[in-house]
Amino acid sequence: MRELLVQGAYLVSCLLLILGLKSLTRPDQAKRGMQHAAIGMLVAILGTLIHQDVLGYRGIIIGLVAGSLLGYPIAMWVPMTAVPQMIAFSHIFGALAATLVGVAKYYHAWIPGGEGLSRGITAALGFEVLLGSLTVTGSFIAFGKLQELLPSRPLTYRGQNAVNLLLALVMIGALVYLIVNPPMTVVFYLLMALAALIGIFLVLPIGGADMPVVVSLLNSYAGLAAAATGFVMENNVLVVCGALEGASGALLSVLMCKAMNRSFGNVLFGAFGSPAAAGDKTATDKTVKSVTAEDAAMQLAYASKVIVVPGYGLAVAQAQQQIRELAELIEKRGGVVKYAIHPVAGRMPGHMNVLLAEANVPYDHLYDMDDINDEFADTDVAIVVGANDVVNPAARTDKSSPIYGMPILNADKARTVLVLKRGMSPGFAGIENELFYLDNTYMLFGDAHKSLSKLTTEIKALAAGA
Amino acid sequence: MSLTAVMQIYVFLLASVVGYLVITRVPPLLHTPLMSATNAISAITIVGALIMAGGKYGFVAEVLGTVAVACAMTNVVSGFLITDRMLRMFRTGDKPAAGKGEARS
Repeated sequence: MRELLVQGAYLVSCLLLILGLKSLTRPDQAKRGMQHAAIGMLVAILGTLIHQDVLGYRGIIIGLVAGSLLGYPIAMWVPMTAVPQMIAFSHIFGALAATLVGVAKYYHAWIPGGEGLSRGITAALGFEVLLGSLTVTGSFIAFGKLQELLPSRPLTYRGQNAVNLLLALVMIGALVYLIVNPPMTVVFYLLMALAALIGIFLVLPIGGADMPVVVSLLNSYAGLAAAATGFVMENNVLVVCGALEGASGALLSVLMCKAMNRSFGNVLFGAFGSPAAAGDKTATDKTVKSVTAEDAAMQLAYASKVIVVPGYGLAVAQAQQQIRELAELIEKRGGVVKYAIHPVAGRMPGHMNVLLAEANVPYDHLYDMDDINDEFADTDVAIVVGANDVVNPAARTDKSSPIYGMPILNADKARTVLVLKRGMSPGFAGIENELFYLDNTYMLFGDAHKSLSKLTTEIKALAAGA
Repeated sequence: MSLTAVMQIYVFLLASVVGYLVITRVPPLLHTPLMSATNAISAITIVGALIMAGGKYGFVAEVLGTVAVACAMTNVVSGFLITDRMLRMFRTGDKPAAGKGEARS
């Protein structure tokens, strides 16, 4: 009877979690759906508390209280710009839990008088600690790079891929050996240590700009570790949730690679973003047209359609509120303002949407690249703020450019392009941007925060004067 | 291979397909909340941790299990709360006047 109740709780939990994920397909239902998913997690925890294998609550209560006390401040105080590293940080905990469960299970099975483990369970256990400890150290490095505790440029040395390959082969050998000889304790811990090393070596050579792909991939590994735990504990809720997450993480990493026009292998082993990869083609002979805030305001004031192309620079300048105020002012004067969001705007997919939503920009004004790219042609002004590589026409035309083939926003097709920028420094990938030298492009130099405020003031002054 | 293992592989494959079908339909608008949501869901390992911490497997497992429960719970709490914090920010522009007055942080 008790067993039936526990399994019933797990079934309810699975359904709530799947429906919760499904709610994320609709922005208006997402919040409620995820609250249901949280209830699903609670049901799984409560169900486990009456599990027949749970004899005492001493450790459980300590763990639950400690975890809640630690998790709450992390979630409530982290700024929205820091969400990518916070997710990496959370992964450390989730994967560490999976690894520790695996160690506890293995340790108990092989103490004198323990019941031992079959080869099948050992295989699952091996995958669990392998993926678990790889995710722990990998996420740790990813967190360090995103938080800029570690240098975000790729750290490389000669023969790196060969060393990694060798380590991976030894690790796989250890795993196979362990499956054949389950009681080999030394091999079990060696496997864990090797996986931890690989986690470090795999992430260190990847540049900061590619870190979101890594975080997403580690997300997938954490899910697979959870699924492996499910196989070990013969527990379906773990298998289901692990599979969901494994699929989601893998899918998102592929989507991200596609948005950057890079192959998976290139992101993981290509050490992109090193200064050497930057194009050496400088455009010293070309000139840019600089514009004053007054003139730019004049154009915006009489524009009937404006598209804003925001990049991470906007968030760095903390200017999301200012861009919304400017947009509202243009709308009040009868213009239409839309936001064009590139899939890799911000520091992870969808990050820019969150940052703009935080500044009260309604989400129905935010458009995905494919939905808005045709609209630039009949747009009066495209405002590019803090974005660079994602609007570089070289991606369409210049075969020698490192970003050639990357899908970009067609900001250059707009009648007028207004680029807000600090100076002429190149973007994340270190590539010269042809957009800045086009005839219809005007540059408004200065801090985005100040420039946007100035534009708003100037438009208001125009309205008052008219 | 035991029957349990076969059934579990069955469940794993079906759940992967469900995951794939659901995730492909999530709009890019919500990809960041999606990642933090799946991050929170990966903390389902708390179920295994709770059983280890429950004392049936001896003292060492109980200690490791307790640490695992703490870690997984941190992931559960932080993951779901930050997802909720993000999703609360997403609102439409249908009622701009009311929206500003009632804006919650």
